[in-house]
Amino acid sequence: MYVAVKGGEAAIANAHRLLAEARRGDSSVPELSVAQIREQMALLVDRVMTEGSLYDPDLAALALKQARGDLIEAVFLVRAYRTTLPRFGASEPVETGAMSLRRRISATYKDLPGGQVLGPTFDYTHRLIDFALAAEGEAPVAAESEPLADAAHAPRVTDLLGRDGLIEPSAADDGSPPGDLTREPLDFPADRALRLQALARGDEGFVLALGYSTQRGYGRTHPFVGEIRVGTVAVEFVPEELGFAVPLGEIDLTECQMVNQFHGTAEVPPQFTRGYGLAFGQSERKAMAMALVDRALRAEELGEPVGAPAQDQEFVLAHCDALQATGFVEHLKLPHYVDFQAELELVRRLRAEHAARHAAPKAGTAAEMKEAAE
Amino acid sequence: MPDPNPAARRPEAPDLTARRAVMALCGEAHPEELRRALLQLGAAEDPEDLRPPETGLVMTRGRIGGDGRPFNLGEATVTRAAVRLSGGETGFAYHLGRDRAKARLAATLDALWQVRGRRAAVEVALAPVAARRAEERAAEARRIAATRVNFFTMARGED
Repeated sequence: MYVAVKGGEAAIANAHRLLAEARRGDSSVPELSVAQIREQMALLVDRVMTEGSLYDPDLAALALKQARGDLIEAVFLVRAYRTTLPRFGASEPVETGAMSLRRRISATYKDLPGGQVLGPTFDYTHRLIDFALAAEGEAPVAAESEPLADAAHAPRVTDLLGRDGLIEPSAADDGSPPGDLTREPLDFPADRALRLQALARGDEGFVLALGYSTQRGYGRTHPFVGEIRVGTVAVEFVPEELGFAVPLGEIDLTECQMVNQFHGTAEVPPQFTRGYGLAFGQSERKAMAMALVDRALRAEELGEPVGAPAQDQEFVLAHCDALQATGFVEHLKLPHYVDFQAELELVRRLRAEHAARHAAPKAGTAAEMKEAAE
Repeated sequence: MPDPNPAARRPEAPDLTARRAVMALCGEAHPEELRRALLQLGAAEDPEDLRPPETGLVMTRGRIGGDGRPFNLGEATVTRAAVRLSGGETGFAYHLGRDRAKARLAATLDALWQVRGRRAAVEVALAPVAARRAEERAAEARRIAATRVNFFTMARGED
């Protein structure tokens, strides 16, 4: 426990002024604009939006600038900002099947209706530092070709598998509103909708490590990437005063459909099972890791043995939020003087008792030796 | 703030599709494009604020597995405005982002679109936005199409 302290106002104010100067860095170097961060650090912006759980690229870019590029600090700023705004309501569920695709790949089917498009990807690059980027040059120009006729129609891979009953169907929408962990504290066991909300805003590193652990054998699920799609979807909202769905605009999303090994019962023949990931922007690693962990967290539902960390929903969900984690870890640096005084007293007393205990037998031994010598 | 034009609220109303299209176009427009459209329409009148422009949040929802039960993905900033013309028509705007001025311009255009006899003019005034967006989408589609891939399966060399 930490307690309130007084004083230090001048030092704190000056520390913040120093922070502002440090944030700016060498003033002979041109200052970054928010638009530059938004356009040129786009994947970082996407990550701040995903973990900040707030879609607003300009705001995320500004938060990154303010946070000197510290991801979790930027997430903190975004989450704090959202608490100042009223909530108008919830959108209609976005239709990812109708996504305007910028990227779409499958590791399960080579040929897909709608085709596979690589889009802007690091895949197949050589990961060699490109020193040409250190010099200012002309803006690169992408190649173009005419889209094929089928490009506009790209059904989900899971829909193709589902047609033959080879994969489990998604649970039908019963019309009940999903739980919202920003309104009601998370309670265990949490249903899949709540788990997905927590994972979507969860720390990418933590979710990635958990997903990785399932691949290494801690709750193995035998995954294939059925499909990853990146692109824009329309968001619609029904305002009470209008009573019809109003188009709010488009947002960028990344969706991952993980196809996992079979499950069957006496009634249902074996079929592939599913893990699902969805994230703001182009957040492929996050969507994939989320889909792995989503599937791992379904172990109990699917009658699999539960024991690995990634299958333990209380462990996963209670620790996946970067802001909660950093809050509790970083609070340790705040003044704990009174607490520590108490501990200091205690350890001094214990040491004194220890010394007394050890001094007594020593004295006894010396006396015995003296007796023996006499 | 009930919409005084209940006929346009019925989902089956053919007008609704057209109104939604204009709303979507306003959402995609740059603020200057909306100002230009209003200028072109000669809309000198500054409408009354039914609701001053306001920024808030909408929780965006996805579906489990893409097609199942909804879940809360994360919020988005949304700015809304509502105006009333002197003729009584009310216009609304709800846009992603935090641009209050733009939301008000869009609400004004939504109101004008509902004025009898002005509908076509509003749509004409917004046509440049539609053209720009169509061109941008086509160019993007061509760049994406150039990355369409055909993988060939190599025979595994055993026997």
